[in-house]
Amino acid sequence: MLAKRIIPCLDVNQGRVVKGTNFLNLRDAGDPVEVAARYEREGADELVFLDITASHEDRDIILDVVRRTAEVVFMPLTVGGGIRAIDDIRALLNAGSDKVSINSAACRDPGFVREAARRFGSQCIVVNIDPKRVQKNGSEFWEVHINGGRIGTGLEAVAWAREVERLGAGEIVLTSMDADGTKDGFDIEITAAVAGEVTIPVVASGGAGCPEHMADAILKGGAEAALAASIFHYGEYTIRETKEVMRQRGIPVRL
Amino acid sequence: MIAIIDYGMGNLRSVQKGFEKVGHNAVVTRDPAEVKRAEKIVLPGVGAFEDAIAELNRLGLTNSILRAIDSGKPFLGICLGLQLLFERSYENGEHAGLGVLKGEVVRFDLPPEYSVPHMGWNQAIIRRRPPIFGGIDEGAYFYFVHSYYVVPEDDEVIAVEADYHKPFCAMVWRDNLFATQFHPEKSQADGLRILKNFAEL
Repeated sequence: MLAKRIIPCLDVNQGRVVKGTNFLNLRDAGDPVEVAARYEREGADELVFLDITASHEDRDIILDVVRRTAEVVFMPLTVGGGIRAIDDIRALLNAGSDKVSINSAACRDPGFVREAARRFGSQCIVVNIDPKRVQKNGSEFWEVHINGGRIGTGLEAVAWAREVERLGAGEIVLTSMDADGTKDGFDIEITAAVAGEVTIPVVASGGAGCPEHMADAILKGGAEAALAASIFHYGEYTIRETKEVMRQRGIPVRL
Repeated sequence: MIAIIDYGMGNLRSVQKGFEKVGHNAVVTRDPAEVKRAEKIVLPGVGAFEDAIAELNRLGLTNSILRAIDSGKPFLGICLGLQLLFERSYENGEHAGLGVLKGEVVRFDLPPEYSVPHMGWNQAIIRRRPPIFGGIDEGAYFYFVHSYYVVPEDDEVIAVEADYHKPFCAMVWRDNLFATQFHPEKSQADGLRILKNFAEL
């Protein structure tokens, strides 16, 4: 039976993990390679690096991190952040990334998703969708945002999800800008709306505060996987604890 | 020496790294002569079936692969490297494969609650334990990512299945020929064990 996935996400800036960690026994708490190795030992199903390095000129740094990670970690690795061109994707895949996630570049030029999927295969093209609940003409509108929620695109989240599937994306990571950082749980309503409209897997993201939230994303939101950053980084919960809670609620997990 | 065939379909470093991790060197090559010299052959690959066959032909590797399999050398196909062994695929039209095994490659046609691609960790249902499955438990998890799967004409070649709405072929085995739909190089300890077993055949 296909297991539902738990995916830790690391924000990486200039080659260092930005959000703190309190893992024990790390020689360097800020080294993404060591954190990745630790998550592998803990039983993470996949790993995401989000490169938040501001400058495009510093892309070699993330490539080096990916290369070093691929030396020691034998599970799927997705890298996102700042991907603007086919060459960016090629460089990341050659460095050892299995998938890349595209956000702003997809919103600006949907043809980029099609081209990327055609060149490299849908299985490695993930599109990040960051919806935010806004008021439009007196009613609520789930507007897709870019730049960490700062810029609205005018796109509606469910329609955009359908579109990226049509363009050839192999997976969607859906991060609610309203829920992100709250630790109050994922936005189940938006997750369920998107997961119900597309065939490709939807990864719930944004808002995880405890293992119960991860289980809700799967059971109520219809997500194939749940992604979280801080609850794992700060050692509040281990991946194993999270999966045990999920299993108690009848979710197939890899333990 | 183990030769990993590079025909421009995806990153092959991870397969090479996997072998290195378990103490075996492997070369990534697109040189038919080097493939001929190798003791063991690995055919990995991700991407579109049609492009893959075209690249193998363009690089003059098709015959090297067929000869290697015929010669009795241990051969491991991974993901697209499994699918290419069959007679035909229906990915984006109908395309001829290498025809080493009888059967075809078809798309998952599933109820709406099942996502396609089939992506993530699924469990091995061992039908006939291949030698490279030594030390692998029934129900062990392996990482899959694919929208198409192989349907062998001859059930006898099916070694391992996985269940996604219904059982599908996750691995074939015939004599020296092994091929997995899942990615051993992305399947942590159990995946690395398969690479080790293969290297030590």
